[in-house]
Amino acid sequence: MAVAFWILAVVSVAAGIAVFVVDSMARATFALLASLLAVGLAFLLIDLEYLGVLIILMMVMEMLVMAVFMIMYMMNPAGLMPMKMVHNHRAAMIISAAVFVLLVAGIFLTSWPPRGGEPPADPTHQLGLAVMGPKMLVMMVIGVAILATMISTVVLATHRGRYARYGDDLERKRPLDPGEES
Amino acid sequence: MPELGLLALPLALVVLGLAAAGLDAVLSGGRASAPFGEIARLLVQQRRRTTRPDVLLLRVGVISLVAAPLLAAVVIPLGDAPVADLSAGIVWFNAMEVCVWGALWLTGWSVNSVFPLVGAYRFVAQGLAYELPHMFALITVALGAGSLRMSEAVQAQQGLWFVVWMPLAFLIYLVSALAMAFWGPMSQPVGSDLAGGVRAELAGPDRLLFQAGRYALLVVAAGAAVPLFLGGGAGPVLPGWLWALVKTVAVLALLVWVRHRVPAVRMDRFTQVSWLVLIPLALVQLLVVGIVVV
Repeated sequence: MAVAFWILAVVSVAAGIAVFVVDSMARATFALLASLLAVGLAFLLIDLEYLGVLIILMMVMEMLVMAVFMIMYMMNPAGLMPMKMVHNHRAAMIISAAVFVLLVAGIFLTSWPPRGGEPPADPTHQLGLAVMGPKMLVMMVIGVAILATMISTVVLATHRGRYARYGDDLERKRPLDPGEES
Repeated sequence: MPELGLLALPLALVVLGLAAAGLDAVLSGGRASAPFGEIARLLVQQRRRTTRPDVLLLRVGVISLVAAPLLAAVVIPLGDAPVADLSAGIVWFNAMEVCVWGALWLTGWSVNSVFPLVGAYRFVAQGLAYELPHMFALITVALGAGSLRMSEAVQAQQGLWFVVWMPLAFLIYLVSALAMAFWGPMSQPVGSDLAGGVRAELAGPDRLLFQAGRYALLVVAAGAAVPLFLGGGAGPVLPGWLWALVKTVAVLALLVWVRHRVPAVRMDRFTQVSWLVLIPLALVQLLVVGIVVV
C-alpha cells in the first residue's frame, strides 16, 4: 500500500514535470494525463473507488478535448512542430519553483488536526447525498459555468454558425456542408 | 471462480474476435478462414516508416488500443461473477472504453501523416457525439439496478430483463457500441475515403495489434450488453456461462451484420442526431426508469 502510494506519487510528480520539459504539444498533453491517472489510481488506494475511476474517465476525456482545443485555438493546429511548453521561460521557472517550495513548506509546517470520525461504509452513497444535498448549489453553479464556457469557446472558434448552414432566414431544409456553395 | 475467469477471459476475447472477423469475411464474400491468412501476412510484413514519427506515442497508442478492451472486460461477468467485481464496475467499463479515444488519437497523430491525423480527429468528434447518450444509457442501467456493480445489475434482472423495460437505452447502447469500436456505419475514422484513416500508415505487427484491438473492442461492447441489458447468464437448462456466451455471440453477430447493411454515417451528421435526438431520448428513458424505481 505504502509502496504503491510512493510509486504513484513519484510518477505523478515526474509526469507533471515532464509536461513542461517536453517540446511537443501531444507529449505534454499525455504527460499531464499520465500524472492525473496516477492521482486517480491513488484514490483507489484509499478505497474511493467511484471517485478514482471517475477521475480516470474524466481526465482521459478532458485531455482529448484539449486535443480538440489544439485545432480550435493554436497557430500550429496539429501540434506537429516542436515548441516550448512555457511562456516567459525564466520567470515561469522562478515563480513555479517558489510556489512549489511554499506549498511543500506549508504541508510540513502546518500542525494538522487529529482525525475525527470514521470513513463511511459506502463512500459513493455518501458522495451522492452530499452532491444532491448540501453541495447542490455549488454543483449547479459549476455546471452552468462549465456549460457557458463550452458554448463560448465553440462560438469563438467556429466560423460556421447555423445561419451559414441553413441560410439567413434558416430556410434551407438540408444544411450546407463545409465548403459547399449555396 | 475469478482465477478460472482470468484464463477464460483472454481466450474468450481471442475466439470471439476471430469469429467476428470470420463472419465479417464471409459476409464480404470471402472465406471464414480469411482472418488467419491476414494474421500470418501481418506477422511477416515489414513495419512502414514515415518521416519523423513520434515512436513512443505511437507504441503507447497502439498498445493501449489492445489494453483498453482487455481492462474493460474484467468487469463483465462470464456467467455468475466477473474477474474483478468492482463496486463501480459500470463506471470502470466506461472509463476503459474512453481510453480508446486516447489510443486512436495518439495512433493517428504520432505517425506524422495527414490521413491518419484527420481520421484521429474524426474519431474524437465521433466520441464527443456518442459518449453522452452512451453514458446516459449506462446510468439508466445503474439506476434500474440501484448499483454501479455489474453483478448487481445482473441480479436486478432476475425477474425482467432491462432490455424489456428500457428498450431505448438498449438501442442507444447498440448505436454507441458501433461508434465506440468505429465499426460499420461509424467507421469513418478508418474510412476508405481517407485511404484507411487512422490505420493508413500502420503495417506489420502495428497493424495486427490495431486490428486485434478493434475486434476486441467490438467483442467487449457486445459482451457488456449481456449483463447490462440481457439478464447476464440467466436462461433455462444451459449453465450461466454458456447463456452469457450465446447472448454475446448473438449481439456480436448483429453488430457485424449491420456493417454490411447500413451505409457509413458522417460524424457531423451523427453529432446532430446524437445531440438532438439520442440525448433527449436517453433522458426520457432515464426519467421513465427513475419514476418506476422510485
